[in-house]
Formats: sequence, structure tokens, C-alpha cells
Amino acid sequence: MTLNLLLFLALAVIAIASAAGLIMSRNTVYSALFLIINFLTVAVFYLVMGAPFIALAQITVYAGAIMVLFLFVIMMLGAEKPNEIERMKWQRPLAIVLSGAILLEGVYALITRVAVNVTTSPATEALSDPKTLGISLYTKYSLPFEITSVILLVAAIGAVILTNKSRKEAGK
Amino acid sequence: MTFGLFLEWFIKSLVVILAMTIGFAYVTWFERRVLAKFQVRIGPNRAGKQGLLQPVADAIKLIFKEELVPANADKLIFVLAPVITMIPALIITGVVPWGPPITLFGKTFTLSVSDINLGVLFILTVTSISIYGITLAGWSSNNKYATLGALRATAQMISYELALALSFVGPILIAGSMGISDIVNAQQHVWFIVYQPLGAMIYMITAVAEINRSPFDMPEAEQELTAGYHVEYSGMKFALFFMAEYIKMIAICMIGASLFLGGFWGPGVAAYPWLGPLYLFIKVVLLLFVLVWIRATLPRFRYDRLMAFGWKILFPLALLNVMVTAVVITLVGG
Repeated sequence: MTLNLLLFLALAVIAIASAAGLIMSRNTVYSALFLIINFLTVAVFYLVMGAPFIALAQITVYAGAIMVLFLFVIMMLGAEKPNEIERMKWQRPLAIVLSGAILLEGVYALITRVAVNVTTSPATEALSDPKTLGISLYTKYSLPFEITSVILLVAAIGAVILTNKSRKEAGK
Repeated sequence: MTFGLFLEWFIKSLVVILAMTIGFAYVTWFERRVLAKFQVRIGPNRAGKQGLLQPVADAIKLIFKEELVPANADKLIFVLAPVITMIPALIITGVVPWGPPITLFGKTFTLSVSDINLGVLFILTVTSISIYGITLAGWSSNNKYATLGALRATAQMISYELALALSFVGPILIAGSMGISDIVNAQQHVWFIVYQPLGAMIYMITAVAEINRSPFDMPEAEQELTAGYHVEYSGMKFALFFMAEYIKMIAICMIGASLFLGGFWGPGVAAYPWLGPLYLFIKVVLLLFVLVWIRATLPRFRYDRLMAFGWKILFPLALLNVMVTAVVITLVGG
């Protein structure tokens, strides 16, 4: 138990440090790299909680596909160094107020919920085996699963239409 | 008990890493000799018998070369990039079994570093993050050619990864498991290449594209980009990129042999389990020969054709293969 706690604490420190690095870094490539470290730490959290499938899927999808495209775009546009001049001055106070609100909310939730006895959900057992995970996705959760696929399809079609339009204009 | 387990894992990991690094040295020798035969040359034959000490000579040369870091490079990432490229190459074969379980000193050992039930997914995960080393190397060099090479590599690897993932689905569906050892054991009598000829072909093509080998070696096209993403690297840092490429070659051959060519199974393995690693070795060498053969035969793709081939031909074919396999398995009742 103490070993698990130590592991959790170490991971938590890495996760928070990488998240802080993500927003503090002045170089966009470093920000992206911090975000990748953050995703990897979250994946290890899933592993510790006994959900290896989710952990590996998290790395493949977020670190392996989405962040690669982020880096790709940053490198292609040469957008490593953002403008030093702040164009939207009102953003900073608004961000402070909003993040303060979220922090208060989190503290409140923690204080009120900590007394409630938390039981481990039986779902973790299902998450460790790809077969049971797949069956529950396609039976119990088939509606949200299908809706997600439609949303992704809409995004893909949108991208095709956008590039098609600009290609036609380039042809004229 | 815990110490024994730790020792077992340590020894197995050491065996994999050593086998991969020594394998790398002799794959370079193998490739140069075989390529020379294809081109009616002799190839390296001076250092040692049949040039067998050539890799040692190359290593000594590379160690003593000067290490340069470009003035305007991003130093930290420039130094880290070769390491980030090496690690996925070394760990990817950790889930591939080399032979059936072996009983030694009254204890049964499985012959793989970690036989997890999500082996195929692990392989996909490691492949998907192995892009970073190349991308970061190209970007941090602060060189136009290197950045172009890295951009090409990223786009190519992302495009071919989809078809690669789909080609894994066939063996998973037939074996009914995502564990590599389950898939290998399901091929004890019939190899999956018999049921999945299209899947095996798609795997081989996409895997070659995934490790940026000829004819898909667009990121390092010498004529257009000098050497692509590693143009600014020298000495041992360059050697690490070189090493990662050849270790990945061995890895895709091992994975391909395990998924489609029966892995370690062959005549007599059930009676003499020690034959298993030997059969796997023979299959890997044969596949490596095919890779060299492809390199010696085919010219390089043009970049736009390469992307079109990946998205418009390989990806739909892989999808069709998955669909047909699933329907047939449901009808036959696998």
C-alpha cells in the first residue's frame, strides 16, 4: 500500500510539474513536449488503477496521434516563438478569476466529499480485459459509442469540405 | 521470490537488448554483403573472415569521430532526440515470445520479457510514439533539409500507421486474443498467412514505410534532402539513428514472423522446445533478406504518390480485409 502511495505521489508531482511547464513555457514545441509527458503520466495512472487497455489507448491516441499532428503543425508553420506582445489584454484578469473559481469549487468538492465512503467501482475489472471492454462498449454503451462515431465523422467530413473549397479557389 | 522474479526479468531484458544490438551490427554487415551480391560487387570482405569484423571497425570509427552540435540548434532536444529514437526500438520486441515455455531447474520460464494479454496494442503504442525522435531531431537541428525530412517522416508514418493497425486485426480476430503468444500458439498447425495473405502483404508494406526503409525512404532522400532528419548529426549520435533503424528492421521481421508466419513453431518444436528460437531466427533472417531484396530492386516513390498510395489504396484495402475477415469468422464460427 505504501509503495502504491509513493508511486502515486511521484506520478502526481510529475503530472503537475509537466502541466505547469506546459503553460509556463515560452516555446510552443516545449509546451507540446510537456503535454506529451503529462499524457504519459496519466497513462501510468490508468495502469496503476488496473486498466492497461485504457492506458495503452491513451498513449496511442493522444501521445501517438494527436500530439504528433500538433508538433507537425507547429514545425510546419514555424510557430515556435509566439508574439511577445499581448493582443488581448482583458484575457489575463478573466483567466485569474475563472481559474480561482475552479480552484474554490475543487476545494469545496474535496471537503464535502471526503467524508463519503468511496467504494471501488466494479468497472475496473471489466477495463482490464479487452474482450469484456468491447462487449460492454457494443451492448451497454452502444448508443454513446455510435454518437461519438458520428461526431468524429462530421469532423472528418468538415475537414474534407474545407480543404476542397480552398483547393477549388486555388485552381481558379 | 520477488528477487528471483526481478532477476528473471533482468536477465530476459538483458538478452533482448544484447540480441538487438549485436543483431544490429550483423544486419548492417548482412545488408551490405547481400546488396553487393545483387549489384555484382564484392562488398566489405577485408576486416576479418568474409568481412565479419566490419561492424566492429565501423563502431570504432564512429566512436572516435567528432561530435558536432550546430550553433543555432536547440541543444537539449538535439541531444535527446537520438535517445528518444532508440528506446521504442529496443522495447518494442519485449512482448514477442522467442519459443515455447521451457522448464529449467524444475521451474517453467516463458521465453519473452513480458507476455501481456495486450501485446498487439503494446506494439502499436510503441510504434506510434517512435515518431517523436525523428520529428524532434529534424526540428532541433535548425536546418531546412532536416526539418523537411522530419515533416515528411511524420506525415508518412501517421498515414501508414492506420493501415498497419488494421493489418493486425486479422490475426487478432482469428486467434481471438490480443496477446502475441496466444496468436503464435494459434498458428501451431496452419500459419495465418494462409488465411490472411492480403493482411500479411499490407503488414509488410506498411511496416517498411513505418521504419522509413527503401522504397519509402522519402525522409532521407539523398538527392533532394542530403540526408533528411539526421543531416546535422555526427559520431555516436548519428550511429544511434542508424542503430534504431536497423533494430526496427529486426523488430518488424520478428513481429511479422510471429503474427503471420507461425512465430517459433516449426517441425519438432513440440518435442524439443529449444528448437523454437532457432526457427524464429531462421524466419527473421529470411524476412530480412526480403527487405534487402526490396531495397535492391525498387526505386524510391515520389512523395505525393506515396501519400496517395497509403490513403487511397492501402487504407481501404486494409479496411476491406478486416470486414471480410470479421464476416467470415462470424459465418464459420471461429
